[in-house]
Amino acid sequence: MRRAEPLLALAAAAAMVVAALAAPWLKFVLTIALAKGMAALGIMLLLRAGQVSFGHALYVSFGAYTVAFLAPTLRDSLLLLPVAAAMATALGLVVGLFVSRYRQIFFGMLNLALSMVFFSLLEKLYHITHGTDGIRVALPTMLGQALERTSFEWAIFGVALALALLFGWFARAYLDAPMGQALAGIKTRETRLEFMGVPARHVLLSAYVLSALMAGCGGAIIAMTTRHVTPLLAYWTASGELVFIAILGGAGGVIGPFLGAVTYELVRVYAAAILAEAWQAILGTVLLLVILFAPGGLWGMLAALFRRRRAA
Amino acid sequence: MVAWFEQNGLLLGLALLDGLAYAALVFLVAVGLNLVFGVLRILNVAHGSLYAIGAYTAASLGIALAAGGLGPWASLVALVVAAAVVGAVLGPLIEGLILRRIYGQEEVLQLLVTFALFMILEDVQKLVWGVQPVHHDAGLRWLGTVDVPFGGDVIPFTAYQLYVLPGVALLTLAGLAWFLRRTLTGRVIVAVTTDREAATAMGIDARRVFLLTFTFGAALAALGGALSSPTAALVPGIGAQTIVLSFAVVAIAGLGQIEGAALSALMIGLGRSIAVYFAPEFEVVMPYLIMVAVLLVRPQGLFGTTETRRV
Amino acid sequence: MTALLEARGLRLAFGGVRAADGIDLDVMQGEFLAIIGPNGAGKTTFINMATGYLRPQAGSIAYEGRPITGLSPRAIVRRGIARSFQLPQLFTEHTVLENAALAVAAREGIWSPLAPLLRPRWREEAAALLGSFGLAALADIRADALNEGARKLADIAMAVALRPRLLLMDEPTSGVAAAEKMGIVETLVRVLREARVTAVFVEHDMEVVERFADRVAVWSQGRIAALGPPARVLADPAVQREVIGIEKAGAPPVPAAGEGGHA
Repeated sequence: MRRAEPLLALAAAAAMVVAALAAPWLKFVLTIALAKGMAALGIMLLLRAGQVSFGHALYVSFGAYTVAFLAPTLRDSLLLLPVAAAMATALGLVVGLFVSRYRQIFFGMLNLALSMVFFSLLEKLYHITHGTDGIRVALPTMLGQALERTSFEWAIFGVALALALLFGWFARAYLDAPMGQALAGIKTRETRLEFMGVPARHVLLSAYVLSALMAGCGGAIIAMTTRHVTPLLAYWTASGELVFIAILGGAGGVIGPFLGAVTYELVRVYAAAILAEAWQAILGTVLLLVILFAPGGLWGMLAALFRRRRAA
Repeated sequence: MVAWFEQNGLLLGLALLDGLAYAALVFLVAVGLNLVFGVLRILNVAHGSLYAIGAYTAASLGIALAAGGLGPWASLVALVVAAAVVGAVLGPLIEGLILRRIYGQEEVLQLLVTFALFMILEDVQKLVWGVQPVHHDAGLRWLGTVDVPFGGDVIPFTAYQLYVLPGVALLTLAGLAWFLRRTLTGRVIVAVTTDREAATAMGIDARRVFLLTFTFGAALAALGGALSSPTAALVPGIGAQTIVLSFAVVAIAGLGQIEGAALSALMIGLGRSIAVYFAPEFEVVMPYLIMVAVLLVRPQGLFGTTETRRV
Repeated sequence: MTALLEARGLRLAFGGVRAADGIDLDVMQGEFLAIIGPNGAGKTTFINMATGYLRPQAGSIAYEGRPITGLSPRAIVRRGIARSFQLPQLFTEHTVLENAALAVAAREGIWSPLAPLLRPRWREEAAALLGSFGLAALADIRADALNEGARKLADIAMAVALRPRLLLMDEPTSGVAAAEKMGIVETLVRVLREARVTAVFVEHDMEVVERFADRVAVWSQGRIAALGPPARVLADPAVQREVIGIEKAGAPPVPAAGEGGHA
């Protein structure tokens, strides 16, 4: 299964393109799913270290608002994206220097706290952020070309897909490398790392900054796709959603978070359409069932299927 | 300074009284959360839902009793009855059906199971009670108001918020301290909190302790909710608001601390209400700012101890 | 011979228990120094102080002539002091090979984000190391599936992988099956001698002490009661009464308050 990951990823990417061609409304859903998948991939890195952040919506919203603020001046999406990514990374470094000292609930709660502080700022600083009304994002250009709406959506979908593949590839290599392996060591025996001369804090910090970068890119793509940003992007339920997606997908492989994100978004769209009153309950039930009966997540289930077919 | 006080003195007095009443509610919820966390090592996100359901149940019961022709005293009794019923029904249900399956699993997964429960219970509330505000304060109005002297002025304040809320919180604090230190079951709970492995090795029936603690914690959450119901209209989302506040209290207090929870609930309650009156834009962030400030100075919480692992 | 590690007047008390009550000790370049003594005498506390896990309340420690008192474990490791643990500290969700490779990586460069941990050179070194500890057959199983003895060895192997100049070992042979013990210690000693590593080890087996230690220090109630060549120290009636008698009688090691609770 692990060896097949790159091929599977490419096949999944192709399938998404076909799906988006077949049903145009899916293009929007899939772009959002890819963006959230990136952020969830970052969450998964932290989960490797046994730490769960209930505040990564901070970086998603930070990336998104960066796009919203700079869109009138920078205009081009391929300028906005890297700037938003750099801003989120810088914020991740500053916050990470602080939160990487903490573990478990303290880590989780501090992330939650800081994201809620940002949420409040977005909501209350009306003259800058327009409060709960949010900010509309004008249609950016792509490589200097002013595209009409549908073409632009296709272009952003392509950018999201390419970024997802890039992050997936990088995360895969990172987790196999000494840094990623040491990250997993934080979960089981942090003392040992210190007695090997490895600063566990910096190992966690590097993963944290990486996760902020991924979430920031996700946020920038969300802003350019929905073309409207509101403080809700930073609310703690948005952070919970990212953790949900990471667990739903399964912490095993780097495809997991994206698989989780696509499933999540599709369930959400259908559940909201069919049972508008209870879509949250449906998602909760799905999450409960996954944890109780398929702790490996969707990716784990697929891997098990795959193994059984090979054995047969 | 004097000029400021003349201008804002009444406001400050009101903020303090409000903060005290609010802290009492926060304490009830947070101490339940902390107790459960100490024993089960599960940070129960659905604790906020239990608060909300306790509040709605109390309001509904009060409305029903009033409609049945009973006097306003019945609404006050309904608060306690509702809390007990919610705790006794939902506590064992959640612990026995769901939490019991995940003991010993990864902390992250345990946290997410309760997060899933929270999502489900949020919608259950909306299905049962709708999204329109629910309000019933017959009991509060029946107890009337008290004129509280403050800096040469008087502040009229409801007797319910002045006496009942802090009173119940203090009784709970004292009762809990007595229960945990003086009774056998209480000591068992403390033993499990401090050293779970040793406690189970000594033959303590962890299952019974877990069930008992969770039910009790659930009842405390419901009690906090029920007692809050006369003071404000109930709307969807109060559960979420409560749980993040309680998290902050637990993080500030440190694991399994009872008196610590009381002190940090006081800090958060007062901090929030001062923000409400003097800097309303900071209302939501105040608890977090207090928490960040405390954790900057004391990474293990105010009363948490740094554990040196044996190597 | 020069002193590699110099401890002067180390004091540390946990509540009322004096785990270190004025420890003066020079560890000489190249020697194998055994630490013996009853449980609760403060042996582990000494190792914990020398490696930065505990900070002495008074006194000083110098390594290669420079003070290291109060430095973090990380800083001390970088100076060339490694340790193994009484309770093995392994990455339980990694395989034994990955554990060893992580130690190699810690020495060679943990900060590479893209090349795999199990790159050929590190994999070979880790495998060779495990081989010399007799763990080759267990390389691919998860560390939490090992038995106590194998965990102990893997733990020491990880410390050795750091290529320290001074290695402190806390009860390296406890938990190792009696039949394998001598063979393993012989291998360990050979590996360390070849690498010219100075070693301090807490040991309960007097046969190991007699055969492999250059000097032995007897710990008693936070103090050093006797110090010298094994032949002389172990023959001392007082030492025999206090330490060896207990060991020979085969009394089970019961953790006492001072050592068990904090160290």
